[in-house]
Amino acid sequence: MSGRAEVTEKPVRADAPGRGRALARIAAGRRRWIVAAALLAVACSLPFQLVPFRVFQFTMVLVYAVALLGLNLLVGHAGQISLGHGAFFAVGAYGTAIMLDRWDVPHVLTLPAAAATAFALGLALGLPAMRLRGLYLALVTLAIAIFLVPLLKRFESVTGGSMGLTLGKPAPPAWTGLAEDQWLYFLALAVAVAAFLLARGLLHSRVGRALHAVRDNEAAAEVMGVRLSFYKTLAFAWSAMFAGAAGSVYTWVIGFVSPDSFAVTLSITLLAGIVVGGLGSFSGPLLGGLFVMFVPGISQDVNDAAPGVIFGLLIITVMYVAPTGLAGLAGRVARSTKKILRKE
Amino acid sequence: MLEVHGLTVRFGGITALDGVGFSVRRGEMTGLIGPNGAGKTTLFNCLTRRYDADAGTVRYEGKDLLAVPPHAIAAAGIARTFQNLGLFPHMSVRDNVLVGAHHRGGAGFLTASLRLPRVRREEARLRAEADGVLDRLALTRVADHPATGLPFGTLKRVELARALVGRPELLLLDEPVNGLNSAEVGEFAGTLRAIREEFDVTMVVVEHHMGFVMGTCDRVVCLNFGRKIAEGPPAEVQRDPEVMRAYLGTTG
Repeated sequence: MSGRAEVTEKPVRADAPGRGRALARIAAGRRRWIVAAALLAVACSLPFQLVPFRVFQFTMVLVYAVALLGLNLLVGHAGQISLGHGAFFAVGAYGTAIMLDRWDVPHVLTLPAAAATAFALGLALGLPAMRLRGLYLALVTLAIAIFLVPLLKRFESVTGGSMGLTLGKPAPPAWTGLAEDQWLYFLALAVAVAAFLLARGLLHSRVGRALHAVRDNEAAAEVMGVRLSFYKTLAFAWSAMFAGAAGSVYTWVIGFVSPDSFAVTLSITLLAGIVVGGLGSFSGPLLGGLFVMFVPGISQDVNDAAPGVIFGLLIITVMYVAPTGLAGLAGRVARSTKKILRKE
Repeated sequence: MLEVHGLTVRFGGITALDGVGFSVRRGEMTGLIGPNGAGKTTLFNCLTRRYDADAGTVRYEGKDLLAVPPHAIAAAGIARTFQNLGLFPHMSVRDNVLVGAHHRGGAGFLTASLRLPRVRREEARLRAEADGVLDRLALTRVADHPATGLPFGTLKRVELARALVGRPELLLLDEPVNGLNSAEVGEFAGTLRAIREEFDVTMVVVEHHMGFVMGTCDRVVCLNFGRKIAEGPPAEVQRDPEVMRAYLGTTG
């Protein structure tokens, strides 16, 4: 057939026919598993190597990573924006706090309930919001975040008002022999791994491709049969659900919620976290979680008077050096190292 | 198969399509020609429900196409390619093609995130089909490459592959050989003719390249300023005085 004749256009390496490349792909897949296993091993040994305060910090990195995993789904993969994800995080955190405070619900059950609440809320708000785009969507989601703090203060009888609520943390079962901080860390790790696997399954499927198609070219996606409003709204709801689950674990770990922990800055920090971490990449949420956890503290150390300025400058620096985020930077470093090694 | 009657589309004060009517028989390759701005792409956008018609009817396989929502066009058996490429640049060539099979899958958010066996089976089936189409169009080598930065002719084939994997019965091609050199045009025409047989697909082609239209199409419809000015076999339409006037601008 004449269509078959033209195959010489791509410098894929002349000596690698289909079979070799298939093998290379399998090898790459195996390498990815090894990296994932090594990462998990490091993550599991971490709480035995560090002092409790550091363990707590890394627990919070995992909590933020779960929220960013959700935000990444919406912003990085579906190409929509949200300046209000702190609100869904807060809904998960407060939902869990209220369940613990009022009804003494076991900790394990608060997570699915909080996630489901955030999902429902995300769906309800996503239905109208996802008909908007760009700046309008940013503004509406920002309004959700602004709206929340006064609302939490207003319903004092349920939320504890400005004083917040203090709650018990999940106690480590005796058989584990773990300290509280270590147990909390492992709970957060389990949730993070589960969330990661869910997101991975989602993205490597028809649904993930549909989201990418919506992000890249809405008109073409629709011609392919992708229902735009359906995918956008559900991406928003799923992303809210991840944020809600993260909020639930936050309450387990901190044992205290108050409205001022969930101010607009949280939403903006989360968005900054995922953009800095790397939009649309798998390591982005984890790197973003590290950023959200540690960089505000570092900027406080650099200059006590204006931590916000240092924080802002750091974001600008990262974006200037690595416009595709830290994940993109890591990928670039890995590729150029490989190139240098091959040359020698 | 496709019957268009009195189709009219207006944008503000401009009438982009004015009472256009023609029909396409199953298995035919129909060429849609006319000077720039004649309304050819508008007609395509109408058929894929991107634009609403102000008047007229479109019947496809006996049903009212104008009542079908835009996202259901693919499932109805209609696929299209775009004039200046409508690919997804941040996705690989293979994933682009897989999006073309979207309406043939059923995985939802929940079943996909849990990677249920049903979803894995469906995924494997669609991947095998996509790889078959990629192979057919000589795209296997670039399957993992992002659908950007490749030669234009290759990207055109990617778009064709993406349309074909949805198993359409009616394929709308918007300027498929625009931007290709003359050797590529001949090659692409050959590919299209072969594909028409293999995939048993009816085609409507918008094209300016007269050699391509005359050599490939069974019938030609010519539009000018939103009106149909000629219809018939290529050789006849080519000789039509009004068509010549539209193209050459001679008056009187």
